[in-house]
Amino acid sequence: MAATIQVENLEIVGRRGKGAELPIVRDVSFSVQRGEMLALIGESGSGKTTVALSLLGHIRKGCRIAGGKIRVAGYDVTALTPHECRSIRGRIISYVAQNAGSAFNPALSIMRQVVEPALVHRILPRRDLEARAVSLFRALALPDPETIGERYPGELSGGQLQRLMAAMALMTDPEVVVFDEPTTALDVTTQIEVLAAFKAVFAERGITGVYVTHDLSVVAQIADHAVVLKDGAIKESGTVSKILFQPEDPYSQALLTAAEPRSRQADLARQPEQPSLLDVRNLVVGYGQPTSAGLPEKVIVNHVNFSVPKGSMLGVIGESGCGKSTLARAISGLQPWAAGELLLNGTPLAADVRERTPEQRRHLQLVAQNADSVLNPSKPIGQALERVVRFYGGLRGGAATRRVNELLDMVRLSPTLASRLPSELSGGQKQRINFARALAADPQIVLCDEITAALDTVVAAAILDLMKELQRDLGLAFIFITHDLHALQSICDRVAVLYAGQAVEVGPAVALGQGVHHPYTRLLHDSVPLMEPGWLEATQTRRLAEATPAPISPLSLDPGLCCFLARCPDRVSGLCDRVPPPVRSVPEGPRVLCHLPAFDRPEFST
Amino acid sequence: MNRHLVLLIGRRFLAAATSLVFVVVTVFAITNVLPGDATDALLGQGATPQAVAAMRHNLGLDRSVFVRFWFWLWGILHAEFGNSLLNGLSVADAIGPRLHNSLLLAGASAAVSVPVSLFLGVTSAIWKDTVYDRVVSILTLGMVSVPEFVIATIAVYVFAVRLHLLPALADVGSVHSLRQFLSAFFMPVASLALVTLAQMVRMTRAAMADTLSAPYIEMALLKGVGPIRLILVHAIPNAIGPIVNAVALSLSSLLGGVVVIEVVFTYPGISGLMVDAVSSRDVPTVQACALVFCVTYLFLTTFADIVTILSLPRGRKT
Amino acid sequence: MIVRIGSFRSRHDRAVVLIAFWLLLALLGPLCSSYDLGAIGSQPVFSGPSPAHLLGTDYLGRDTLARLLNGIRHTVLLCFASTVLSCSIGTFLGIAAVTARPWVEALTGRLADGFLSIPSLLFALLVIAVFGTSTTALIVTMGVIYTPGAYRTSRALAQRIARLDFVTVARARGESTTYIILQEILPNMAGPMITDVGLRFIYSVLLLSNLSFLGIGVQPPEVDLGSMVRENMLGMAYGSPAMIVPVIVIAVLTVGINLALDSSGGRR
Repeated sequence: MAATIQVENLEIVGRRGKGAELPIVRDVSFSVQRGEMLALIGESGSGKTTVALSLLGHIRKGCRIAGGKIRVAGYDVTALTPHECRSIRGRIISYVAQNAGSAFNPALSIMRQVVEPALVHRILPRRDLEARAVSLFRALALPDPETIGERYPGELSGGQLQRLMAAMALMTDPEVVVFDEPTTALDVTTQIEVLAAFKAVFAERGITGVYVTHDLSVVAQIADHAVVLKDGAIKESGTVSKILFQPEDPYSQALLTAAEPRSRQADLARQPEQPSLLDVRNLVVGYGQPTSAGLPEKVIVNHVNFSVPKGSMLGVIGESGCGKSTLARAISGLQPWAAGELLLNGTPLAADVRERTPEQRRHLQLVAQNADSVLNPSKPIGQALERVVRFYGGLRGGAATRRVNELLDMVRLSPTLASRLPSELSGGQKQRINFARALAADPQIVLCDEITAALDTVVAAAILDLMKELQRDLGLAFIFITHDLHALQSICDRVAVLYAGQAVEVGPAVALGQGVHHPYTRLLHDSVPLMEPGWLEATQTRRLAEATPAPISPLSLDPGLCCFLARCPDRVSGLCDRVPPPVRSVPEGPRVLCHLPAFDRPEFST
Repeated sequence: MNRHLVLLIGRRFLAAATSLVFVVVTVFAITNVLPGDATDALLGQGATPQAVAAMRHNLGLDRSVFVRFWFWLWGILHAEFGNSLLNGLSVADAIGPRLHNSLLLAGASAAVSVPVSLFLGVTSAIWKDTVYDRVVSILTLGMVSVPEFVIATIAVYVFAVRLHLLPALADVGSVHSLRQFLSAFFMPVASLALVTLAQMVRMTRAAMADTLSAPYIEMALLKGVGPIRLILVHAIPNAIGPIVNAVALSLSSLLGGVVVIEVVFTYPGISGLMVDAVSSRDVPTVQACALVFCVTYLFLTTFADIVTILSLPRGRKT
Repeated sequence: MIVRIGSFRSRHDRAVVLIAFWLLLALLGPLCSSYDLGAIGSQPVFSGPSPAHLLGTDYLGRDTLARLLNGIRHTVLLCFASTVLSCSIGTFLGIAAVTARPWVEALTGRLADGFLSIPSLLFALLVIAVFGTSTTALIVTMGVIYTPGAYRTSRALAQRIARLDFVTVARARGESTTYIILQEILPNMAGPMITDVGLRFIYSVLLLSNLSFLGIGVQPPEVDLGSMVRENMLGMAYGSPAMIVPVIVIAVLTVGINLALDSSGGRR
């Protein structure tokens, strides 16, 4: 039997502006049998989305197919007229976009958009289609399946929209579904729910598809076969287990090494307890007018406590909107706080950076998030570094140049880069310069805000290595703010888990997978996909086997109560919805903000 | 209608009211508080101090600024703009019929230019980067880059001087038949429509092109939605707010155009009155005309913003 | 995005070269003509091109080329001066709104909104009615009219740049506000601001030409491009260069700069 999808020697070229045509996709061939899911794996710029879109006969502006053949379900896509193309899109082959938040039309209700593909191809009357949509909503575990269709995209969350987009793709019972990084923009705890919903529907309907992603552990859960793309060309293809466990191509091996959770601390001997360098005490940050309780109207960071010992690395983890970036801004002195204090070497720091002493500012350096905007585009690298060297150390002329070269060497970059402008550097190089600039101040502690978020896996892994080296060689302390639990575990000594502005748990990072934890920490830890097939099913089965959450009184809106109450699987009615959670510490373990440890194990001290 | 929406619109009205106060105060301030007394213009350099003093008393210029502002405001609220310094006639009476003529001219031009430019703007956005789009872009770029009188004089040159098709001057007074009406109005209306057209086409095209580059349009294409449905169902509902805004902003450039066109064609509208009043420094007339223009402009921009607010999709109203 | 800042250099360069060319022509042009400006010769009026008068004569029989070169001088210099005025004040206020205390932004923003709610031609008419049509009054009036627009552009730009990480890092380092403005913000504003200067120059040429055409801009015996068209309107019937050439020169001036900038922005 012929394969459902067959791509042969596909060549796509494109041009930027008025430049010459450059190849984007080079000699790509693969095939997908009925009922199979193929993963297209690649990093940014690998051409994976271009290939995926070409299956629908859609080539973005400025690009064109220069050669090769694409056959989907018996149609020769490369030879179709625009009208024929339209007739297969949404009917024979459908598409799930990366960012459902912007791929849904904000002006139309969900139901109108979900039934549209079936409606324009005149598959069924509208009424029957709406009934089918509701059953799909139910199959994808969406809340209120009967009425969710009446709502508008702006009123729903990212995870819900992503599942609705899948429902839209499945409306016509297409032969092929193309998923383009459908969970990349989601938080991990949402991602696992969406993946589970997808997987259930795949199993039920036997869907043939292509799944575009850069995340190898997602590939392990979803796909049967995989293709590794780099710079528009196939590096390796085969079954998922072959690619994940016996990769042959050096690039696939590099990808895997970078993605594998591995500890970078093995070589670090256990050090004696160090004195505290930075203490965050009861910090409250927010916006708006203070209320009667003296707190801001909208609290973003809520009574957070932790400390960073000299030369150690503290990871701060949480999902988007949990207040981790605001925390970073407050510590850097860019966002005033409403209550609490911040101590550096035991001395209180002023909330406003301008009121801190030069010495205090030098000791605490910020490495900001976005590699693209972190360097002044009109200043050569050398000048940017020299400024810091002069600003803090007062070095000038030859001494300054020597120090700049030394710094570039520290971050493993060539001194010849000093004369370059930031636009001439790669993302990874920019992030290294970013570090060099912080190091130029000769700091004691460096605050890193999501520095690996925008980087490709391989590049990000190298940056993590660099951080660990710096910690070891210079005795630097770090606060590493991230949403990536694997990255955090691989380099950090301690971890603070942030949820809705509260540090629900602070403890040693090694213990994250074992022992007693806050329910949110557990949820977070269990939601990070592992690179083993079957992990998703096992996790889901385990979760379903656990008791359903206890009912809570609907009046439990007191802001003093546990912030995780609404989502907590372990909550206790009459306790969690009545009494604010106490702070409990586990000997040799974490300090958590929860009733549960005491409830489970009465021996824990309060 | 939800509370949030009412709040947004309420805030817009408040902003309009603030602007209105600003406009009224500015018009008064520029024409009164600053030097350049009307008596200088009226009596000339050689006037005796006594004559000047008497004149100032007659005009009420010897009273305090606040008193004068109060009287002036009181007058405006009763549609009483004072008397012309030139002929002593009521400014309101002079403005009345001319305002009617001006509104007729502006309205007729808008009726021509709005549909034409919506069509050109939307189609050139749809067929972006085609020859059609390039031609429209270059022509409109040329037209927005030249002053209004250039377009008007070229029109006069071509139609009246070269082709002898139409009268170069608008003789509204002697209109007795539809034919006469058409030939008297055609030139000013066509010129004014041309003047506003270019701006409107460019802004409409930009708004529509912006919408068409949104991810949900690509998504609709990938669902197999046809071109007509794509434009009507997916693009227009999202582009309508920005387009209305663009149209209203361009219509306000119609106000600037009106001034020039009326002078070129000696059309008996309010602008001719104002330009003459400026030349002769007839302050009450200038004030009144400026107020009429500014209030119209304010009305247009407020209207556009409210349409934009109303067209915002649900859940995205911030 | 940041990537766009500092790119498009060639586009700015072209516009800068064009404006420089017109400035040069404005400064040196009138020196190239041997005719006395005011001299009403015995020449016939509205004559066509001839070896003595390359562009013919105007409604008083004066040399059109000499008048034209003078007209260019007035139009270009007046507008350039007013653009420099509006853009420097606007940029200053725009940066101040971003870097100074919040009330500065609130106040300047309100004022700009107020000014923008008066159509520019109307504002010009109003001010000229009071102050007359002296050169200074014209420059200041046009400068004031286009300040709110320049303010808004520069404020938006500065806001965008001030939010970028490299400025955040500089602030966290404890750099002074002056350093941040001069070293981090201004150099990255330069490119887009040149576009804005070009646009505002075009707007002032359009406004001044319109005013002069209406007879309330540059007054005789001085002449600019708009008033040349006005004076020689009668020549239209004869297709006289005295009336047509200034129209063409205005169009070449504004369309040229506009094409160089190729902006799709609106007119304000």
